[in-house]
Amino acid sequence: MAASTDGNKRVNLKELKSGGFIKQTQRDLFTVRLRVPGGRLDIDKMAKIAEVAKKYSKMGYCHLSFRQSVEIIGVHIDDFDALVKELAEFGQQVASCGPRVRVPTACGGCEYNPNGIMDAQKKALEVDKDLFGTECHHKFKTSFSGCPIDCARTKGMDLGFQGVVTPQWEEDPCTKCTLCAKACLEGAIVDDEDGTPVFYSEKCVQCGDCIKVCPTDAWTAKRKGWIVRAGGRHGRHPREADEILKFLPDEKVTDFISKTIEWYNSNGKRGERIGKTIDRVGLKEFKDEVTRNFLAE
Amino acid sequence: MSENMASEKIDLRGVLCPINFVKTKLKLEMMESDQILEVTLDDGEPMRNVPKSVKEDGHKIVKVEPFEDGFKIHIKKS
Repeated sequence: MAASTDGNKRVNLKELKSGGFIKQTQRDLFTVRLRVPGGRLDIDKMAKIAEVAKKYSKMGYCHLSFRQSVEIIGVHIDDFDALVKELAEFGQQVASCGPRVRVPTACGGCEYNPNGIMDAQKKALEVDKDLFGTECHHKFKTSFSGCPIDCARTKGMDLGFQGVVTPQWEEDPCTKCTLCAKACLEGAIVDDEDGTPVFYSEKCVQCGDCIKVCPTDAWTAKRKGWIVRAGGRHGRHPREADEILKFLPDEKVTDFISKTIEWYNSNGKRGERIGKTIDRVGLKEFKDEVTRNFLAE
Repeated sequence: MSENMASEKIDLRGVLCPINFVKTKLKLEMMESDQILEVTLDDGEPMRNVPKSVKEDGHKIVKVEPFEDGFKIHIKKS
């Protein structure tokens, strides 16, 4: 009892509540996980984090977490308040752990990666701003991949979003150069005898390589958006996410996550990831109640 | 007719990505606008990547033809 009373004096428990402080094997030392949506870190901020880490880490190193955050290792419990305050001075917040919406992860996205279709970074920031810390039955992980290469591993997320572009072809500008058929890794575009592309939409993964390579813009983007996957997780009992929506417009993402969490909170059980809820209640039920309202025409 | 004649040629068969693109880029930098560079590439990855990157840099591919075990592409410098 004495110890816990003592503990309350030493640290502001409100700070601890939403997590971001993780117990270590060393007595009184904790890992402090920072909030870095999409893993993008402004260089000035990075330098300041390094200064703070140098001051407060008793172990002399940071760890880059699997969800793209910087973790300061070996922070003494007595230093929590001072550390949080110093980080806040340059706008750096502490992340979360426990049963709530975690910081979204994302690939580099379309700003500089030639494969990028959707702006994964922008969306990760937006979702972090609107939904970070929302309480639910268990951890709730989201990620954003800008294209079908899926670097952000959307199949392992409670909700994963992967960028897609639906291509369309026009005859007039086409010079029958055949570059699109060569660029297509899926065999969704095949040349006929005179070099005209024949498109098999059922094989298309909507990566947009045909659009990117076409010298005359005969291939263009019909629409861009996200494929949505739900119920994925890693851990002791991994589960691959189900593809629940083939196309979601960019502006509907936050709303989609909110509606999914509403469903999860009313259908799930304490300590159960949404994948388990989906297995128990039924994918069809989940789709009927959540996904159906977002079907694109 | 002379408009479509290649003023420079470069054979990049056996050269891997992205070195083949970098060599194409460096060659184009030494040329004048509207001049044509003929690049010979292996089929497969080089044919998937180099034309895409050339387009990203703003140049135009005006001709593609099979050549021995690879392809010749004609690039018009922007």
